[in-house]
Amino acid sequence: MFRELIGGLRITMQAMLRKPLTIQYPEEQRPVPPRARGRHILHRYDNGLEKCIGCELCSGACPVGCIYVLPAANDPAHPVSPGERFAERYEINLMRCIYCGYCAEACPTEAITLGPRLDLADYKRERLVATKADLLEAWPGFRPPGGAAGGGPR
Amino acid sequence: MAGDGRRGVILAIGSGINVPLTLLIALVKGVLLLVVLLTTAAYLVLAERKVSARIQLRIGPNRVGPGGFLQPAADAVKLIFKEAAAPEGRDRLLFELAPGLAAAMALFAFATIPINQTICINGRGGAGPLSAACPGGLALHWDLAHLNIGLLFILAITSIGVYAIFIGGWASNSKYALLGALRSSAQLISYEMAVSFAVIGPVLLSGSLDLERVVGAQHGLWFVFLQPLAFLLYLTAGLAETNRLPFDLPEAEGELGAGYHTEMAGMRFGMYFVGEYVNMVTVAAIATTLFLGGWMAPLFFLPNWLGPIWFAAKVGLLIFVMLWIRWTYPRLRYDRLMQFGWKVLLPLGLANIVVTAVFVALR
Repeated sequence: MFRELIGGLRITMQAMLRKPLTIQYPEEQRPVPPRARGRHILHRYDNGLEKCIGCELCSGACPVGCIYVLPAANDPAHPVSPGERFAERYEINLMRCIYCGYCAEACPTEAITLGPRLDLADYKRERLVATKADLLEAWPGFRPPGGAAGGGPR
Repeated sequence: MAGDGRRGVILAIGSGINVPLTLLIALVKGVLLLVVLLTTAAYLVLAERKVSARIQLRIGPNRVGPGGFLQPAADAVKLIFKEAAAPEGRDRLLFELAPGLAAAMALFAFATIPINQTICINGRGGAGPLSAACPGGLALHWDLAHLNIGLLFILAITSIGVYAIFIGGWASNSKYALLGALRSSAQLISYEMAVSFAVIGPVLLSGSLDLERVVGAQHGLWFVFLQPLAFLLYLTAGLAETNRLPFDLPEAEGELGAGYHTEMAGMRFGMYFVGEYVNMVTVAAIATTLFLGGWMAPLFFLPNWLGPIWFAAKVGLLIFVMLWIRWTYPRLRYDRLMQFGWKVLLPLGLANIVVTAVFVALR
């Protein structure tokens, strides 16, 4: 009996001498796997033009209908995207999104992909509808259309 | 029966001197003991959480203050400001009384434990480690109330502590609390026997119930080496006395909600909690006094005047062992617990008493 009791105490002592496995979450974060499906990103070309051409295929492919795209015609003098149209509004309801990635598969220009960001909780429902300003990839000289950057879902 | 302190007061009244000094010393000792014990109990909770965390490869509380150092304060604030919900149909008087009794008895039991050798002020000749008399001076005992039957006093007080648990369970008017209280009283009464038998060994060897004399008799050789079996018995029964795993049947949160304090919320629960952790300190302190040489230096070349430090170190070590045991072993089944108490601990304790008595008689 005593051998077993001592053996048990030895195991817990060994555990006490080991380094804890805890990751102190908000300060320390585990690296996200490269193909993790987190919040969406709208990409740009290297010259700053948006990849999205407002075709709405993502919206059609979305199984829960959480994507809303309002296309508009490009001004030939100041194009937003290289195509004929661009997305004037692009909204994703993150409360409804199931992060399946079908929008990324449907996209003909690889404008939308799912990114690494996973901490999407918020106190206000309105802030959980990601707008184009929230989703669009930044680039040097980028100014968010209306409103400051970082006002979107955290 | 009356301790030196009390006799001091009476004598002083007769001779018209020293009354304020004696009372002042008692007051200072009492306040100091209270503050130290309550702080220790609060930090024991933190220590318990830290040790359990490390055993489970976690970090434990580390948000309040550096390294979680202020966590006990946060816990206290939480307990005080919590709604003190209470069940309908409770016995109002006893329900309020029981938690206070638990905390008070736990604190009370510490009163006769000496944490240092007696110091002789203005007397001829030092009191020394054997607590010799201090003629003509003031013998400063390092316990709150110096009784020549200190050990008996502790056993009596810890038995009153059982009432706190039983009254709490009874007054709650709740089946879980009542079942927990029933188990608890049965367990505590049976383990009280084992405790009493275990402490008789050192008492026989030192020939005194005066805890200072018991420590003094360990000069050179601690009783843990002469009485290893009694030490183990005392530690085991002490775990049961403090309702700690693997003997925490009274709480048994998986079966009984929380046992006898199921219905206690807020500071009522806090009082029980304080009582439980102070009891741990008391059990460790008694084990230190009886078996580990009390205030004496652990190695002969270390200075004896650091008495309270050695005492605290030994108590701390024992408490760590208690925490370590708690987070290692699973809870015993109730019938096994009773079987272990009556069929293993008690006969072993008796055998130990017989062997020790024969040894003392032949010496």
